[in-house]
Amino acid sequence: MAAADYQKRPEAGFVTEALEKKLHDMWETKPGLFGVIATVDHKVIGIRYIVTAFAFLVIGGLQALIMRIQLAQPDQTILTPEQYNQLFSMHGITMIFLYALPILSGFSNYLFPLLLGTRDMAFPRLNAFSYWIYLASGLFMYASFLIGEAPNNGWFNYAPYALKSFNPGLNMDFYALGMVFFGISTTVGAANFVVTVMRNRAPGMSINRLPIIIWGTTTVSVGILLANPAVSLAFFFLWLDRQFGTHFFDTAGGGQPLLWQHLFWIFAHPWVYIIVLPAMGMVSDALPVFCRRPLVAYTLVILGTITTMLLGFGVWVHHMFATGIPFLSMSYFSGASFIITIPSAIATFAWIATIWTGRIVMTTAFLYFAGFISMFVIGGVSGVVTASVPADLQLHDTYFVVAHLHYVLIGINLFGVLGGLYFWFPKMTGRMLSERLGRWNFWLTFLGFNLAFLPMHWTGLLGMPRRIYTYPEATGWSWVNMLTTVGSFVLAFGILLLFVNVWISLRRGAIAGRNPWDAPSLEWATSSPPPAYNFPVMPVVASRHPLWEDRLDESDGHSSIDRGLVLDDGKEMLATSVIDAEPRAILKMPEDDPWPFLVTIALTVGFTALLLHWWWIGVAAGVATLLGCVFWLWPRDDLAQTKGAAHE
Amino acid sequence: MTLSIAKSIMAKAISGWRQVGQRAGLAVAGLALGTHAASAQTPMYYLETFGPKGEITASLTWGLLAISVFVVVLMSVLVLVAIFRAKRLEPAELGSKLPVSHPGGGHRWIYLGLALTTAALIVMVVWTMEVLAEIDEPAVEPAFTIEVTGEQWWWEARYVDPDDPSRTFVTANELHIPVGEPVRIRLASADVIHSFWVPALAGKTDVIPGQINETWLQADRKGVYRGQCAEYCGVQHAHMAMRVFADPAEEFRSWWEHQLEPADTIPEDDELLRVGQEQFVLKCGACHAVRGTLAGGEAGPDLTHFMDRTTIAAVTLPNTPGHLSGWIADPQHQKPGNKMPNLDLSGPELNAIRHYLETLD
Repeated sequence: MAAADYQKRPEAGFVTEALEKKLHDMWETKPGLFGVIATVDHKVIGIRYIVTAFAFLVIGGLQALIMRIQLAQPDQTILTPEQYNQLFSMHGITMIFLYALPILSGFSNYLFPLLLGTRDMAFPRLNAFSYWIYLASGLFMYASFLIGEAPNNGWFNYAPYALKSFNPGLNMDFYALGMVFFGISTTVGAANFVVTVMRNRAPGMSINRLPIIIWGTTTVSVGILLANPAVSLAFFFLWLDRQFGTHFFDTAGGGQPLLWQHLFWIFAHPWVYIIVLPAMGMVSDALPVFCRRPLVAYTLVILGTITTMLLGFGVWVHHMFATGIPFLSMSYFSGASFIITIPSAIATFAWIATIWTGRIVMTTAFLYFAGFISMFVIGGVSGVVTASVPADLQLHDTYFVVAHLHYVLIGINLFGVLGGLYFWFPKMTGRMLSERLGRWNFWLTFLGFNLAFLPMHWTGLLGMPRRIYTYPEATGWSWVNMLTTVGSFVLAFGILLLFVNVWISLRRGAIAGRNPWDAPSLEWATSSPPPAYNFPVMPVVASRHPLWEDRLDESDGHSSIDRGLVLDDGKEMLATSVIDAEPRAILKMPEDDPWPFLVTIALTVGFTALLLHWWWIGVAAGVATLLGCVFWLWPRDDLAQTKGAAHE
Repeated sequence: MTLSIAKSIMAKAISGWRQVGQRAGLAVAGLALGTHAASAQTPMYYLETFGPKGEITASLTWGLLAISVFVVVLMSVLVLVAIFRAKRLEPAELGSKLPVSHPGGGHRWIYLGLALTTAALIVMVVWTMEVLAEIDEPAVEPAFTIEVTGEQWWWEARYVDPDDPSRTFVTANELHIPVGEPVRIRLASADVIHSFWVPALAGKTDVIPGQINETWLQADRKGVYRGQCAEYCGVQHAHMAMRVFADPAEEFRSWWEHQLEPADTIPEDDELLRVGQEQFVLKCGACHAVRGTLAGGEAGPDLTHFMDRTTIAAVTLPNTPGHLSGWIADPQHQKPGNKMPNLDLSGPELNAIRHYLETLD
């Protein structure tokens, strides 16, 4: 083909059955094993993310229940200290890395192209790759249980206890290599979100018309790109210290244990915002649907989101107030940690104002969002208390902080996600979740969670340190621990009901239709579940709420769903301009491709070889990875990569 | 000028909050535990404290908690009122449409909320900085220093008299301090990171290898205060506690004098104690020191005045003959993973060593 063959002016047209049939044949993943490993459909990948993340949530939750049994009473010996230490470490690693971000990536993966009115992520094969790496790195870290040497130094993994002289087993090697491995997934995933939102939107979807979850995920994706190098580097240094006797963190050779803490927290504090801001975005988009009005203060909420992420990079030392840092830095980081309250509070006021001025449709999703707001406030203010240095010197490393972080992670992440699941499940599956079971699910989860974690603030004020596998009776911590254990089982039962609800509703749930909630955004303009190509013709957007335009007087023209550019000359979608989303080019999208999976296999072999010191296999796996990438990225005719065919 | 006014307002606020907080705290704690003497039941509680450093921090913490509770209640009430006052709509029938409107006025809420948040934050920041400056250094220069070394999983304490180096001695896990005087604590680690924490007296200071951190303690009331390692430090992090005894100054000085002495020599004619000492030096002396004998190990706690201590194994067990025998016979049972090996002592050896240890007062 000559370059001129790619020059094409797309025609606008209506949705026809013939067009849908043609697109279906082009986009639908072929059945069979090849399709399973080669699919690049963002919706399949998104659901895989969600299912995998929920599986890790269940595993992490079971670990928590075992620990709660051990702690229910003083001086128990159900677990050995080493077992307990491995459990609390893997619980943290699982929930923070293998559940909290991937669940949000799952929703964002599923929703991004639908919300943006396009057909796939900017880099579909990279998208598949990021999922496979996530799964492989998760399994890699969990393989440590098979030999009884799971990470045992907490998710924070302070040196020098992480070094070989104190921790000679493979435990820390699994964690160090696992995190470098996992970092590949988050990094490429984040890059994909950023490029997608900049270049692949429905014409007319200027940046002031983007749904909030798009802003949330994009903001944290930029955050990931800036934060992740620090932690990958820290874990790589740790691995070098352990294998080759370098001394980044080893005082014997002039290293600094505090270097670890700085590198870790300059990543891990932003990470806290990374795993809540997209969930806040979900609430900001979905809550107004049940209040029958647009979100109050759209612009302020977005500015708040971005400011929170920015300030989130300047507060990491508040995890280190007790380390003997100078007075001046303590004052600075204490002040910064107070100030971050202001942008993060904006969303709270906006949600309350949205409910206050709206008309409410009482659904399980709404209950989750309303509960979410209170949990958000509790997790927020307990965070403010720990921003105060003198108070923190007492509260630090006690159960007060455990209570605080669970209000943040369960309250803000999980409650948002569960509300989001009730909201988007019909879109993903075509069936509604049962509202009756939903009420039981919500109330048990909500009450169990608060029963478990509200008294835990008191446990912390009674001085119970974190990460102890048992405690003597004389400390007076017994009854509060018993309460928490009871609450955690109620919470677990509530979550179990969710899975029952999903199980039943997948089979017998009411058929959802396109737009069961009468919601305003583009994902509801296509069928449930959406076809592989998402939209038969490219929608054109004229306002922030395309499906509410007939009832809100806020747009200049009309959004167009049924008539738009027809892109059916192979897998195609639109490239648009960054700010105003004006159409700029037609992109040729890749077919299903096994290379992301195969490269993941090569990398998994490589990391395993590094773990076990099979150096030659490691080298071979490295070469295989490079070759795989070469095949993957080799210019192709069907992607118009051979003749220099970018049509700006 | 402004600063001094702010300071005096802060001082008033602090003393006011202290009283309110203390009363409320005792009430809550008393209610929860069914007792008035809450602190005796909960030795790690830090909202009722017994030294200047702890007290000013406790007032601040009470103040912050009160603001927090107020904010949580206020916001939750707002959410509930918003839900209950709003008009309800039934969920949409399939394919039907519900009304949507765009009433204004919501922004006022946000600006009001942000103004109130900012005001509250300013109060909290100023108060925080005030207390932070206050707890940085004691009012008078401490008379002596205790060099505390955190080790997996116990505390070594070296008492240093700045005027007379010969009056230095080493003990473990149970510190003694004089009532009403500040004491400087110099912290070092022998292995990994620990954190020094006696909640009823002061907040935490981390114990980090490769650096020396300093803090200070002062107890204004005679008593025994429990402390515990607060930074995860490995298998037996849970059993790395300590006790701080605050004694009247005179009692403290004589305790110090006593600690300087070597262990009493055992009576010549007591066969059991002779064997006990011999076995101790042989089996235990590589790790433990008893000054005045050939036992000079430094890996474990100095046992010269072992019977002065009320507990063993870093406050894991009370120091009674029964617990002591059990501990020596099988140290891995009560504190699995700790560094004291199981020596497979015979019954008579164990008995002799235990009797010998009981003479170390």
